[in-house]
Amino acid sequence: MNARALELKAVSKSFGNTPIIRGVDLAIPQGERHALIGPNGAGKSTLFNLISGRFPLSEGEILLNGESITGLKPFEINRKGLSRSFQITNIFQRMSVFENLRCAVLWSLGYKYSFWHQLSKLKDANRSAEEVMESIGLKGRRDTPAGVLSYAEQRALEIGITIAGGAEVILLDEPTAGMSRTETADAVDLIRKVSKGKTLVMVEHDMGVVFDLADRISVLVYGEVIASDKPENIRGNKAVQEAYLGAEAEAEAD
Amino acid sequence: MAGIPSKLRYRPLNLARWLIWGLTALVMAVLPQIFTQGFAITLMSQMGVAIVFALSYNMLLGQSGMLSFGHAVYSGLGAYVAVHVLNLAGSGQIWMPVSLLPLVGGLGGAFFGVLFGYVTTKRAGTTFAMITLGIGVLVATCATMFRDFFGGEGGISTDRVIGKPFLGITYGPGVQVYYLIAIWCLVSMALMYAWSHTPLGRIANAVRDNPERAEFIGYNTQRVRWFTLIISAFFAGIAGGLSTINFEIVTAENVGALHSAYVLIATFIGGVGFFFGPIIGAIVFTFFVVALSGYTNAWQFYLGLFFVLMVMYAPGGIASLVMMQVQLIARKRFKRIAPHYLAAGASSLVLLAALILTVEMTYQLSENSANGTLINLFGVHFDAAKALPWAVAIGLWIIGAVFFHLARKRVARVWGEIQTELLQARA
Repeated sequence: MNARALELKAVSKSFGNTPIIRGVDLAIPQGERHALIGPNGAGKSTLFNLISGRFPLSEGEILLNGESITGLKPFEINRKGLSRSFQITNIFQRMSVFENLRCAVLWSLGYKYSFWHQLSKLKDANRSAEEVMESIGLKGRRDTPAGVLSYAEQRALEIGITIAGGAEVILLDEPTAGMSRTETADAVDLIRKVSKGKTLVMVEHDMGVVFDLADRISVLVYGEVIASDKPENIRGNKAVQEAYLGAEAEAEAD
Repeated sequence: MAGIPSKLRYRPLNLARWLIWGLTALVMAVLPQIFTQGFAITLMSQMGVAIVFALSYNMLLGQSGMLSFGHAVYSGLGAYVAVHVLNLAGSGQIWMPVSLLPLVGGLGGAFFGVLFGYVTTKRAGTTFAMITLGIGVLVATCATMFRDFFGGEGGISTDRVIGKPFLGITYGPGVQVYYLIAIWCLVSMALMYAWSHTPLGRIANAVRDNPERAEFIGYNTQRVRWFTLIISAFFAGIAGGLSTINFEIVTAENVGALHSAYVLIATFIGGVGFFFGPIIGAIVFTFFVVALSGYTNAWQFYLGLFFVLMVMYAPGGIASLVMMQVQLIARKRFKRIAPHYLAAGASSLVLLAALILTVEMTYQLSENSANGTLINLFGVHFDAAKALPWAVAIGLWIIGAVFFHLARKRVARVWGEIQTELLQARA
């Protein structure tokens, strides 16, 4: 078995007296594409916010490549090689597509807070930004302000910003939410391409996408992981069917 | 407001850019040869100082989204540091050429930027604004308490003519001071422009647009704000050092709230969305303050009104208005709208006349009544207590308002037509 890229040990989170995440244990080996599914309000996005440092944990521990990242700030976790996207598009609206991506590569290339380099002369940063722009299919929109892109383009840019820094562990929060069928197919191709050789964890509602992409699936219900297994086993899992897929199947039958 | 299209930004060899900088330098060099009167030289010197100050302010407001109510703290303290160093140099206790004094002011400003900035930049947004206000009041209070450093009511005065003349430069004549200011202004402009194209400058934009996402691409937004503020305070300090040389006196006003408000107003009037906005703002504002205050006691009223109108109808400042026209000129549509601009301009002149008449007569009757009710406006003598001038004012208001309303509608319609055309042409 591969070394663990991400490990959650008894992670809990309460807002006030309301427990949202209740003792989640999860181990994701390096190079795995892992999907996190579960009904609305199960705590999937909250779990992402805990892993990426957006919210502090109430209890438990999170390890990135065997090293604890519990209590670190988002930028510290990012610097250790974990990058995330957001369910609600979270980009730099007034900047061009190219500027968005160039900002996203600066830290990883070591430019930090430099005020002695001229951006136009940073060959590596400009090249990386161009490459990411090419891979997310937004080359034709290079100088368009991000705020006026179409929804699907903004979602692609969201993924682009997430992967641009070269993080080894990538968290995608509902990357295909709100997309049409063809847009979703494009997004799946994109995700497969950009996550090659990396560890991917994603929250996703579209079961087609989940079973298409994931090596392993974890099911989160009321803040607990009730199953974590290969897709074919999840499909046959009784508890999962009851808690989640069942409801979905019923809805489809209507 | 979307800023300069990024096409203009990423071009390794940009001829247009060199041309603009060259022209700017040329204009600055030639101006005092054309306007040789002492008044003009003083005015232009003050404009140069104001340009550096406003650009440093826009590093915070326009580029990093930090609304500061206390920026005069940095220029003012920089000026105080500079004045003390100049006095020490004047008495021969230390060696310091006057030409390099603005750098001393800059380092002074940056020092206090490190100190106060650490506190103010912990938070962004409204909290930042509030803390800067607090620091401003704090420093202004200190100015009345620590007399040795701040000089109390009278401030600290100095003499800029020290040491032996170097190549005939004594900084006695105003025009020599002008050139010193012009050189520092040009260098500061170039450096601040360069800063806006560095990793820190660009990430400051990112933090302005979306601080949360900036944290998730590896940046500590507190640090970004703090470092930006230190650099901004450095340039504010340079402006302070220049004003020390220019006025040969530094008082508590230099660190005061009014000074902080002025730089905000100047920057905003010029336009925060473009690099050159604050330059225009500083020039217009200084002209307002220095020229207008000589003509009328109500100059602050006009300034306030102008500011309010800009905030309401042209929040992008003069720079955005200019850029809108540049777009029309580039696409050869300006000729079509120009007559309507002319009509709107003429009717606003009528409104302006009505405003000036009303304000000046009111002032004469209230503030200035001890001197009688006779008034001299643009060479016309009349009695503000009589009914006729008031009737004229009312008439001007009505005529101006009607025509302005019509012209404004025309401008809006033609503008809309042109924009639709341009959109269709692009599609």
